[in-house]
Amino acid sequence: MSQKIPKEETQHMSKELDPASRDQWYVIESSEDLRTNKPRRTRLLGRPILGERSTSGTVTIREQSEDGKLLRELPAVERYGYVWTTLGSPEKPLFDMPEFEEDGRRLVICGVLTVRTSPGRIVENFLDLSHFPFVHTDILGAEPMTEVTPYKAKLDESSGELWVTDCGFYQPQAMAASSGAAEVDYRYRVPQPYSAVLYKSSPGKADAFDLIGIFPQPLEETVCDVHCFMLVYDDVSSHEGMLQWQQGIFLQDRIILENQRPARLPLNPRAELPSRADTSAIQYRRWLKNLGVQYGVA
Amino acid sequence: MIRLYDYILSGSCYKVRLFLSILGQDYETVPVGFYPAKEHKKPEFLKLNPLGQLPVLQDGNLVLRDAQAILVYLASKYDQSGLWYPDEAAARGRVSMWLSFAGGELMTASAARLHDVLNYPFDVASLRKSARKAFVILDDHLAEQELLDWDWIAGPGPTIADIACFPYVALSNDGGIARDEYPAIERWLRRVMTLPGFIDMPGMLMPWRGESPEEQAV
Repeated sequence: MSQKIPKEETQHMSKELDPASRDQWYVIESSEDLRTNKPRRTRLLGRPILGERSTSGTVTIREQSEDGKLLRELPAVERYGYVWTTLGSPEKPLFDMPEFEEDGRRLVICGVLTVRTSPGRIVENFLDLSHFPFVHTDILGAEPMTEVTPYKAKLDESSGELWVTDCGFYQPQAMAASSGAAEVDYRYRVPQPYSAVLYKSSPGKADAFDLIGIFPQPLEETVCDVHCFMLVYDDVSSHEGMLQWQQGIFLQDRIILENQRPARLPLNPRAELPSRADTSAIQYRRWLKNLGVQYGVA
Repeated sequence: MIRLYDYILSGSCYKVRLFLSILGQDYETVPVGFYPAKEHKKPEFLKLNPLGQLPVLQDGNLVLRDAQAILVYLASKYDQSGLWYPDEAAARGRVSMWLSFAGGELMTASAARLHDVLNYPFDVASLRKSARKAFVILDDHLAEQELLDWDWIAGPGPTIADIACFPYVALSNDGGIARDEYPAIERWLRRVMTLPGFIDMPGMLMPWRGESPEEQAV
Protein backbone atom coordinates (compact mmCIF):
# COMPACT_ATOMS: atom_id res chain seq x y z
CA MET A 1 0.00 0.00 0.00
CA SER A 2 1.27 3.44 -0.81
CA GLN A 3 2.27 5.77 1.97
CA LYS A 4 -0.32 8.28 2.96
CA ILE A 5 0.73 11.85 2.23
CA PRO A 6 -0.97 14.64 4.18
CA LYS A 7 -3.46 16.57 2.08
CA GLU A 8 -1.66 19.89 2.54
CA GLU A 9 1.48 18.40 1.04
CA THR A 10 -0.13 16.83 -2.02
CA GLN A 11 -1.83 20.12 -2.74
CA HIS A 12 1.50 21.87 -2.57
CA MET A 13 3.34 19.33 -4.70
CA SER A 14 0.78 19.12 -7.45
CA LYS A 15 0.16 22.82 -7.69
CA GLU A 16 1.45 24.48 -10.83
CA LEU A 17 1.45 28.22 -10.48
CA ASP A 18 -1.72 29.75 -11.82
CA PRO A 19 -1.13 32.57 -14.35
CA ALA A 20 -2.87 35.20 -12.19
CA SER A 21 -0.42 34.64 -9.33
CA ARG A 22 2.60 34.00 -11.53
CA ASP A 23 2.17 37.11 -13.69
CA GLN A 24 2.03 39.66 -10.87
CA TRP A 25 4.90 41.89 -9.84
CA TYR A 26 6.36 41.16 -6.42
CA VAL A 27 8.75 43.07 -4.18
CA ILE A 28 11.66 40.92 -3.01
CA GLU A 29 13.66 43.58 -1.13
CA SER A 30 13.90 47.33 -0.60
CA SER A 31 16.38 49.10 -2.87
CA GLU A 32 18.35 50.43 0.10
CA ASP A 33 18.73 46.96 1.61
CA LEU A 34 19.82 45.24 -1.60
CA ARG A 35 23.42 46.41 -1.55
CA THR A 36 26.50 45.32 -3.45
CA ASN A 37 27.94 42.20 -1.80
CA LYS A 38 24.76 41.78 0.24
CA PRO A 39 22.61 39.41 -1.83
CA ARG A 40 19.04 38.64 -0.85
CA ARG A 41 18.37 34.92 -0.68
CA THR A 42 14.66 34.51 -0.39
CA ARG A 43 11.66 32.70 -1.83
CA LEU A 44 8.83 33.75 -4.08
CA LEU A 45 5.70 31.62 -4.56
CA GLY A 46 7.59 28.62 -3.21
CA ARG A 47 10.68 29.02 -5.41
CA PRO A 48 14.18 29.98 -4.21
CA ILE A 49 15.19 33.42 -5.46
CA LEU A 50 18.55 35.18 -5.43
CA GLY A 51 18.73 38.97 -5.81
CA GLU A 52 22.11 40.66 -6.26
CA ARG A 53 23.41 44.16 -6.91
CA SER A 54 26.61 44.49 -8.94
CA THR A 55 29.32 47.03 -8.13
CA SER A 56 27.94 49.20 -10.92
CA GLY A 57 24.52 49.15 -9.23
CA THR A 58 22.66 46.85 -11.63
CA VAL A 59 20.25 44.41 -10.03
CA THR A 60 20.06 40.81 -11.19
CA ILE A 61 17.38 38.43 -9.96
CA ARG A 62 17.53 34.71 -10.56
CA GLU A 63 15.34 31.75 -9.82
CA GLN A 64 17.21 28.85 -8.27
CA SER A 65 16.54 25.18 -7.82
CA GLU A 66 16.04 23.88 -4.27
CA ASP A 67 19.67 22.72 -4.22
CA GLY A 68 20.96 26.16 -5.22
CA LYS A 69 21.50 25.77 -8.97
CA LEU A 70 20.78 28.90 -10.98
CA LEU A 71 17.79 28.21 -13.22
CA ARG A 72 16.94 31.40 -15.05
CA GLU A 73 17.19 35.16 -14.86
CA LEU A 74 14.00 37.00 -13.93
CA PRO A 75 12.87 40.54 -14.76
CA ALA A 76 14.18 43.15 -12.31
CA VAL A 77 12.58 46.56 -11.86
CA GLU A 78 13.61 49.18 -9.29
CA ARG A 79 10.82 51.56 -8.44
CA TYR A 80 9.16 53.20 -5.44
CA GLY A 81 12.16 52.32 -3.25
CA TYR A 82 11.80 48.61 -3.95
CA VAL A 83 13.18 45.85 -6.14
CA TRP A 84 10.42 44.05 -8.04
CA THR A 85 10.34 40.86 -10.04
CA THR A 86 7.89 38.35 -11.50
CA LEU A 87 7.95 34.65 -12.25
CA GLY A 88 5.76 35.08 -15.33
CA SER A 89 5.09 37.50 -18.14
CA PRO A 90 2.81 40.25 -16.87
CA GLU A 91 0.61 41.79 -19.56
CA LYS A 92 1.15 45.19 -18.02
CA PRO A 93 4.26 46.92 -16.71
CA LEU A 94 4.50 47.56 -12.98
CA PHE A 95 1.56 49.78 -11.98
CA ASP A 96 2.03 53.53 -11.95
CA MET A 97 1.92 55.51 -8.71
CA PRO A 98 2.10 59.15 -9.85
CA GLU A 99 2.12 60.31 -6.21
CA PHE A 100 5.80 59.35 -6.06
CA GLU A 101 6.51 62.30 -8.40
CA GLU A 102 4.77 64.84 -6.17
CA ASP A 103 6.92 67.43 -4.40
CA GLY A 104 7.03 67.62 -0.63
CA ARG A 105 6.25 63.98 0.13
CA ARG A 106 8.42 61.84 2.37
CA LEU A 107 8.96 58.15 1.66
CA VAL A 108 9.30 55.86 4.66
CA ILE A 109 10.26 52.26 3.98
CA CYS A 110 8.96 50.39 7.00
CA GLY A 111 11.02 47.18 6.84
CA VAL A 112 10.01 43.58 6.14
CA LEU A 113 7.84 41.79 8.66
CA THR A 114 6.99 38.10 8.35
CA VAL A 115 3.42 36.90 8.72
CA ARG A 116 2.33 33.26 8.69
CA THR A 117 -0.72 33.56 6.51
CA SER A 118 -1.66 33.88 2.85
CA PRO A 119 -1.19 37.10 0.85
CA GLY A 120 -4.96 37.25 0.25
CA ARG A 121 -5.68 37.32 3.99
CA ILE A 122 -3.19 40.16 4.38
CA VAL A 123 -4.68 42.28 1.61
CA GLU A 124 -8.26 41.58 2.71
CA ASN A 125 -7.47 42.67 6.27
CA PHE A 126 -5.77 45.80 4.93
CA LEU A 127 -9.01 46.71 3.11
CA ASP A 128 -11.18 46.13 6.16
CA LEU A 129 -12.32 49.22 8.06
CA SER A 130 -14.42 47.39 10.61
CA HIS A 131 -11.47 45.99 12.60
CA PHE A 132 -9.99 49.40 13.44
CA PRO A 133 -11.70 50.02 16.80
CA PHE A 134 -11.05 46.51 18.05
CA VAL A 135 -7.54 45.77 16.77
CA HIS A 136 -6.07 49.28 16.63
CA THR A 137 -7.90 50.59 19.67
CA ASP A 138 -7.43 54.31 20.31
CA ILE A 139 -5.22 54.69 17.22
CA LEU A 140 -7.21 53.92 14.06
CA GLY A 141 -10.52 53.52 15.84
CA ALA A 142 -12.24 53.68 19.19
CA GLU A 143 -15.29 52.25 20.82
CA PRO A 144 -18.16 53.07 20.67
CA MET A 145 -17.60 54.70 17.24
CA THR A 146 -17.46 51.34 15.51
CA GLU A 147 -19.96 51.88 12.71
CA VAL A 148 -18.71 51.47 9.16
CA THR A 149 -20.63 53.91 7.00
CA PRO A 150 -21.57 52.67 3.53
CA TYR A 151 -18.75 52.73 1.00
CA LYS A 152 -18.17 51.41 -2.51
CA ALA A 153 -16.00 48.51 -3.68
CA LYS A 154 -15.78 48.09 -7.40
CA LEU A 155 -13.64 46.64 -10.15
CA ASP A 156 -12.54 49.38 -12.54
CA GLU A 157 -13.03 47.73 -15.93
CA SER A 158 -10.64 49.96 -17.87
CA SER A 159 -7.65 49.52 -15.56
CA GLY A 160 -8.52 46.07 -14.23
CA GLU A 161 -7.93 47.35 -10.67
CA LEU A 162 -10.10 47.01 -7.60
CA TRP A 163 -11.01 50.30 -5.89
CA VAL A 164 -12.68 50.82 -2.53
CA THR A 165 -13.93 54.38 -2.24
CA ASP A 166 -16.03 56.78 -0.18
CA CYS A 167 -14.84 55.41 3.14
CA GLY A 168 -14.95 57.61 6.20
CA PHE A 169 -13.88 56.67 9.70
CA TYR A 170 -13.45 58.35 13.06
CA GLN A 171 -9.81 57.90 14.10
CA PRO A 172 -8.17 58.96 17.39
CA GLN A 173 -4.68 59.02 15.84
CA ALA A 174 -4.98 58.56 12.09
CA MET A 175 -1.28 59.10 11.31
CA ALA A 176 1.96 59.59 13.24
CA ALA A 177 1.62 63.36 12.74
CA SER A 178 -2.03 63.56 13.89
CA SER A 179 -2.50 65.93 16.80
CA GLY A 180 -5.92 64.63 17.75
CA ALA A 181 -8.95 62.63 16.68
CA ALA A 182 -10.42 63.32 13.27
CA GLU A 183 -12.94 62.07 10.75
CA VAL A 184 -10.69 60.62 8.09
CA ASP A 185 -11.43 59.95 4.43
CA TYR A 186 -10.11 56.72 3.00
CA ARG A 187 -9.86 55.02 -0.31
CA TYR A 188 -8.02 51.91 -1.35
CA ARG A 189 -6.43 50.88 -4.60
CA VAL A 190 -5.64 47.24 -5.35
CA PRO A 191 -3.70 47.43 -8.63
CA GLN A 192 -3.05 43.67 -8.67
CA PRO A 193 -4.36 40.97 -6.34
CA TYR A 194 -1.40 40.95 -3.96
CA SER A 195 -0.51 44.66 -3.77
CA ALA A 196 -2.61 47.30 -2.03
CA VAL A 197 -2.31 51.01 -1.38
CA LEU A 198 -4.49 53.16 0.82
CA TYR A 199 -5.05 56.89 0.53
CA LYS A 200 -6.11 58.74 3.65
CA SER A 201 -6.57 62.42 4.53
CA SER A 202 -3.17 63.90 5.31
CA PRO A 203 -2.79 65.69 8.65
CA GLY A 204 0.20 67.48 7.07
CA LYS A 205 -1.47 69.03 4.01
CA ALA A 206 -5.05 70.17 3.49
CA ASP A 207 -7.07 68.29 0.86
CA ALA A 208 -4.17 65.97 0.17
CA PHE A 209 -3.88 62.25 0.79
CA ASP A 210 -1.10 60.28 2.45
CA LEU A 211 -0.31 56.84 1.04
CA ILE A 212 0.36 53.63 2.90
CA GLY A 213 1.10 50.56 0.82
CA ILE A 214 1.64 46.87 1.49
CA PHE A 215 3.38 44.49 -0.86
CA PRO A 216 3.20 40.94 0.48
CA GLN A 217 5.92 38.69 -0.90
CA PRO A 218 4.49 35.17 -0.66
CA LEU A 219 7.39 32.92 0.32
CA GLU A 220 5.00 29.99 0.46
CA GLU A 221 1.22 29.88 0.22
CA THR A 222 0.74 30.74 3.86
CA VAL A 223 3.98 32.56 4.75
CA CYS A 224 4.63 36.11 3.57
CA ASP A 225 7.31 38.70 4.00
CA VAL A 226 5.32 41.92 3.98
CA HIS A 227 6.98 45.05 2.60
CA CYS A 228 5.32 48.25 3.70
CA PHE A 229 5.85 51.93 2.84
CA MET A 230 4.39 55.31 3.70
CA LEU A 231 4.46 58.32 1.37
CA VAL A 232 3.33 61.29 3.38
CA TYR A 233 3.18 65.03 3.82
CA ASP A 234 4.67 65.33 7.28
CA ASP A 235 7.20 67.95 8.38
CA VAL A 236 6.71 67.17 12.05
CA SER A 237 7.40 63.51 12.78
CA SER A 238 10.87 62.01 12.90
CA HIS A 239 11.56 59.24 10.42
CA GLU A 240 11.90 56.81 13.30
CA GLY A 241 8.66 58.03 14.90
CA MET A 242 6.71 57.36 11.69
CA LEU A 243 8.37 54.00 11.18
CA GLN A 244 7.62 52.74 14.67
CA TRP A 245 4.05 54.03 14.53
CA GLN A 246 3.46 51.93 11.41
CA GLN A 247 5.30 48.86 12.75
CA GLY A 248 3.15 48.99 15.87
CA ILE A 249 -0.03 48.98 13.78
CA PHE A 250 1.37 46.14 11.74
CA LEU A 251 2.08 43.89 14.74
CA GLN A 252 -1.46 44.45 15.97
CA ASP A 253 -2.70 43.08 12.64
CA ARG A 254 -0.17 40.26 12.54
CA ILE A 255 -1.44 38.48 15.64
CA ILE A 256 -5.02 38.63 14.33
CA LEU A 257 -4.00 37.44 10.86
CA GLU A 258 -2.04 34.48 12.18
CA ASN A 259 -5.09 33.32 14.11
CA GLN A 260 -7.45 33.31 11.12
CA ARG A 261 -8.46 29.85 9.85
CA PRO A 262 -8.05 28.61 7.26
CA ALA A 263 -4.82 30.48 6.55
CA ARG A 264 -5.60 30.32 2.82
CA LEU A 265 -8.22 32.82 1.75
CA PRO A 266 -11.50 31.00 1.11
CA LEU A 267 -12.96 32.04 -2.24
CA ASN A 268 -16.04 29.85 -2.19
CA PRO A 269 -18.75 32.24 -1.01
CA ARG A 270 -20.30 29.49 1.10
CA ALA A 271 -17.02 28.53 2.78
CA GLU A 272 -16.77 31.43 5.18
CA LEU A 273 -19.31 34.22 5.19
CA PRO A 274 -17.77 37.31 6.69
CA SER A 275 -19.84 38.12 9.73
CA ARG A 276 -19.74 41.84 9.12
CA ALA A 277 -21.11 43.95 6.33
CA ASP A 278 -17.98 43.38 4.35
CA THR A 279 -18.40 44.73 0.84
CA SER A 280 -14.66 45.06 0.20
CA ALA A 281 -13.96 41.46 1.29
CA ILE A 282 -16.77 40.10 -0.88
CA GLN A 283 -15.61 42.07 -3.92
CA TYR A 284 -11.97 41.19 -3.34
CA ARG A 285 -12.67 37.47 -3.07
CA ARG A 286 -14.94 37.54 -6.13
CA TRP A 287 -12.22 39.34 -8.11
CA LEU A 288 -9.56 36.76 -7.16
CA LYS A 289 -11.93 33.95 -8.09
CA ASN A 290 -12.72 35.50 -11.48
CA LEU A 291 -9.02 36.00 -12.18
CA GLY A 292 -8.43 32.34 -11.47
CA VAL A 293 -6.06 32.93 -8.55
CA GLN A 294 -5.20 29.59 -6.96
CA TYR A 295 -2.06 30.31 -4.97
CA GLY A 296 -2.81 31.01 -1.31
CA VAL A 297 -6.55 30.52 -1.62
CA ALA A 298 -8.90 27.77 -0.55
CA MET B 1 12.47 64.38 32.70
CA ILE B 2 13.04 60.65 32.52
CA ARG B 3 14.08 59.67 29.02
CA LEU B 4 13.55 56.19 27.59
CA TYR B 5 15.42 55.07 24.49
CA ASP B 6 12.68 52.98 23.03
CA TYR B 7 11.57 50.63 20.27
CA ILE B 8 7.85 50.05 19.99
CA LEU B 9 8.06 46.32 19.25
CA SER B 10 10.60 45.55 21.98
CA GLY B 11 9.15 43.62 24.90
CA SER B 12 12.07 44.77 27.05
CA CYS B 13 11.30 48.44 26.33
CA TYR B 14 7.66 47.68 27.01
CA LYS B 15 8.57 46.42 30.51
CA VAL B 16 9.75 49.93 31.28
CA ARG B 17 6.81 51.69 29.60
CA LEU B 18 4.39 49.43 31.46
CA PHE B 19 5.96 50.12 34.85
CA LEU B 20 6.20 53.87 34.24
CA SER B 21 2.51 53.83 33.34
CA ILE B 22 1.61 51.89 36.50
CA LEU B 23 3.64 54.36 38.58
CA GLY B 24 1.94 57.27 36.76
CA GLN B 25 5.38 58.71 36.07
CA ASP B 26 5.91 61.17 33.19
CA TYR B 27 8.67 60.40 30.71
CA GLU B 28 9.74 61.06 27.16
CA THR B 29 10.76 58.49 24.58
CA VAL B 30 13.50 58.61 21.99
CA PRO B 31 12.59 56.10 19.26
CA VAL B 32 15.71 54.14 18.27
CA GLY B 33 15.81 52.51 14.84
CA PHE B 34 16.07 48.91 15.97
CA TYR B 35 14.56 47.59 12.75
CA PRO B 36 15.42 47.77 9.93
CA ALA B 37 18.14 50.42 10.57
CA LYS B 38 19.90 48.56 13.47
CA GLU B 39 20.77 51.94 15.04
CA HIS B 40 21.33 50.21 18.38
CA LYS B 41 24.48 48.65 16.92
CA LYS B 42 25.88 51.95 15.62
CA PRO B 43 28.61 54.02 17.32
CA GLU B 44 26.33 56.80 18.54
CA PHE B 45 24.10 54.40 20.46
CA LEU B 46 27.02 52.24 21.63
CA LYS B 47 28.23 55.29 23.57
CA LEU B 48 25.02 54.99 25.59
CA ASN B 49 25.11 51.23 25.89
CA PRO B 50 28.23 49.36 24.75
CA LEU B 51 26.18 46.13 24.73
CA GLY B 52 24.12 47.52 21.85
CA GLN B 53 20.80 46.66 23.49
CA LEU B 54 17.56 48.43 24.25
CA PRO B 55 16.17 49.81 26.50
CA VAL B 56 18.33 52.54 27.95
CA LEU B 57 16.99 54.89 30.60
CA GLN B 58 18.37 58.31 31.32
CA ASP B 59 17.35 60.18 34.46
CA GLY B 60 19.44 63.30 35.10
CA ASN B 61 23.05 62.18 34.87
CA LEU B 62 22.22 58.55 35.42
CA VAL B 63 22.29 56.26 32.38
CA LEU B 64 21.05 52.70 32.89
CA ARG B 65 20.85 49.72 30.59
CA ASP B 66 19.07 46.37 31.17
CA ALA B 67 15.29 46.35 31.66
CA GLN B 68 15.54 44.56 35.01
CA ALA B 69 18.07 47.07 36.39
CA ILE B 70 15.85 49.91 35.19
CA LEU B 71 12.83 48.42 36.97
CA VAL B 72 14.82 48.16 40.20
CA TYR B 73 15.87 51.79 39.89
CA LEU B 74 12.40 53.11 39.05
CA ALA B 75 10.77 51.20 41.91
CA SER B 76 13.46 52.31 44.37
CA LYS B 77 13.21 55.93 43.36
CA TYR B 78 9.59 56.54 42.36
CA ASP B 79 7.38 53.94 44.05
CA GLN B 80 6.03 55.65 47.18
CA SER B 81 4.34 52.44 48.36
CA GLY B 82 7.56 50.43 48.56
CA LEU B 83 5.59 47.37 47.47
CA TRP B 84 6.94 46.92 43.96
CA TYR B 85 10.48 46.25 45.18
CA PRO B 86 9.97 45.21 48.80
CA ASP B 87 12.94 45.66 51.14
CA GLU B 88 12.21 42.70 53.42
CA ALA B 89 15.11 40.31 52.86
CA ALA B 90 13.29 37.15 51.73
CA ALA B 91 10.88 39.08 49.51
CA ARG B 92 13.73 40.96 47.88
CA GLY B 93 15.56 37.68 47.31
CA ARG B 94 12.52 36.19 45.60
CA VAL B 95 12.04 39.29 43.43
CA SER B 96 15.70 39.21 42.37
CA MET B 97 15.51 35.51 41.56
CA TRP B 98 12.63 36.06 39.13
CA LEU B 99 14.22 39.21 37.69
CA SER B 100 17.15 37.03 36.66
CA PHE B 101 14.74 34.50 35.18
CA ALA B 102 13.09 37.29 33.16
CA GLY B 103 16.44 38.48 31.80
CA GLY B 104 17.72 34.94 31.29
CA GLU B 105 15.60 31.86 30.56
CA LEU B 106 12.56 33.80 29.36
CA MET B 107 14.60 35.65 26.73
CA THR B 108 14.48 32.49 24.61
CA ALA B 109 10.82 33.39 23.94
CA SER B 110 12.00 36.84 22.86
CA ALA B 111 14.52 35.33 20.47
CA ALA B 112 11.86 33.03 18.94
CA ARG B 113 9.78 36.15 18.31
CA LEU B 114 12.73 37.95 16.65
CA HIS B 115 13.06 34.95 14.38
CA ASP B 116 9.38 34.78 13.48
CA VAL B 117 8.65 38.50 13.11
CA LEU B 118 11.91 40.07 11.96
CA ASN B 119 13.59 37.09 10.30
CA TYR B 120 16.54 36.80 12.67
CA PRO B 121 18.60 33.75 11.66
CA PHE B 122 18.09 31.73 14.84
CA ASP B 123 17.45 28.03 15.48
CA VAL B 124 13.81 28.61 16.30
CA ALA B 125 12.93 25.02 17.17
CA SER B 126 15.53 24.92 19.91
CA LEU B 127 14.52 28.38 21.15
CA ARG B 128 10.87 27.38 21.40
CA LYS B 129 11.86 24.22 23.26
CA SER B 130 13.85 26.23 25.80
CA ALA B 131 11.05 28.78 26.13
CA ARG B 132 8.50 26.04 26.80
CA LYS B 133 10.80 24.62 29.46
CA ALA B 134 10.91 28.04 31.13
CA PHE B 135 7.11 28.37 30.82
CA VAL B 136 6.62 25.03 32.60
CA ILE B 137 8.80 26.25 35.46
CA LEU B 138 6.85 29.50 35.70
CA ASP B 139 3.49 27.75 35.38
CA ASP B 140 4.33 25.26 38.17
CA HIS B 141 5.57 28.09 40.35
CA LEU B 142 2.43 30.19 39.83
CA ALA B 143 0.22 27.17 40.61
CA GLU B 144 2.11 26.67 43.88
CA GLN B 145 1.75 30.35 44.70
CA GLU B 146 -2.01 30.07 44.20
CA LEU B 147 -2.09 27.25 46.77
CA LEU B 148 -0.60 29.76 49.23
CA ASP B 149 -3.24 32.28 48.13
CA TRP B 150 -0.48 34.28 46.52
CA ASP B 151 -1.57 35.68 43.15
CA TRP B 152 1.82 36.99 42.09
CA ILE B 153 5.27 35.70 41.20
CA ALA B 154 7.20 36.80 44.27
CA GLY B 155 4.54 37.04 46.94
CA PRO B 156 1.02 38.11 47.87
CA GLY B 157 1.21 41.37 45.89
CA PRO B 158 2.54 42.41 42.48
CA THR B 159 6.24 43.31 42.24
CA ILE B 160 8.64 44.27 39.50
CA ALA B 161 9.24 40.52 39.04
CA ASP B 162 5.73 40.30 37.55
CA ILE B 163 6.43 43.28 35.28
CA ALA B 164 9.75 41.78 34.15
CA CYS B 165 8.34 38.33 33.38
CA PHE B 166 5.11 39.49 31.76
CA PRO B 167 5.98 40.80 28.26
CA TYR B 168 7.67 37.86 26.57
CA VAL B 169 5.18 35.40 28.03
CA ALA B 170 2.26 37.55 26.87
CA LEU B 171 3.87 37.93 23.42
CA SER B 172 4.75 34.24 23.01
CA ASN B 173 2.24 33.74 20.15
CA ASP B 174 4.31 36.17 18.06
CA GLY B 175 7.12 33.61 18.26
CA GLY B 176 4.93 30.60 17.53
CA ILE B 177 4.54 29.47 21.15
CA ALA B 178 0.93 28.75 22.14
CA ARG B 179 0.09 28.79 25.83
CA ASP B 180 -2.74 26.25 26.03
CA GLU B 181 -0.72 24.04 28.36
CA TYR B 182 -0.03 26.69 30.99
CA PRO B 183 -3.29 27.46 32.81
CA ALA B 184 -1.69 29.13 35.84
CA ILE B 185 0.26 31.40 33.50
CA GLU B 186 -2.98 32.36 31.70
CA ARG B 187 -4.66 33.28 35.00
CA TRP B 188 -1.62 35.32 36.04
CA LEU B 189 -1.43 37.15 32.68
CA ARG B 190 -5.03 38.17 33.14
CA ARG B 191 -4.30 39.48 36.63
CA VAL B 192 -1.39 41.58 35.30
CA MET B 193 -3.57 42.93 32.49
CA THR B 194 -6.11 44.22 34.99
CA LEU B 195 -3.59 46.10 37.16
CA PRO B 196 -4.42 49.82 37.45
CA GLY B 197 -2.34 51.71 34.88
CA PHE B 198 -1.83 48.64 32.68
CA ILE B 199 -1.05 49.38 29.03
CA ASP B 200 -0.66 46.76 26.31
CA MET B 201 1.64 46.60 23.33
CA PRO B 202 1.20 45.56 19.70
CA GLY B 203 0.98 41.80 19.29
CA MET B 204 -0.66 41.14 22.63
CA LEU B 205 -3.95 39.28 22.50
CA MET B 206 -6.44 40.49 25.09
CA PRO B 207 -9.45 38.30 24.35
CA TRP B 208 -11.61 39.86 27.03
CA ARG B 209 -11.07 43.44 25.83
CA GLY B 210 -14.42 45.16 25.66
CA GLU B 211 -15.84 43.27 28.64
CA SER B 212 -17.11 45.31 31.55
CA PRO B 213 -14.78 45.79 34.55
CA GLU B 214 -16.93 43.31 36.53
CA GLU B 215 -16.46 40.66 33.86
CA GLN B 216 -12.74 41.42 33.63
CA ALA B 217 -12.36 40.89 37.36
CA VAL B 218 -13.53 37.27 37.07
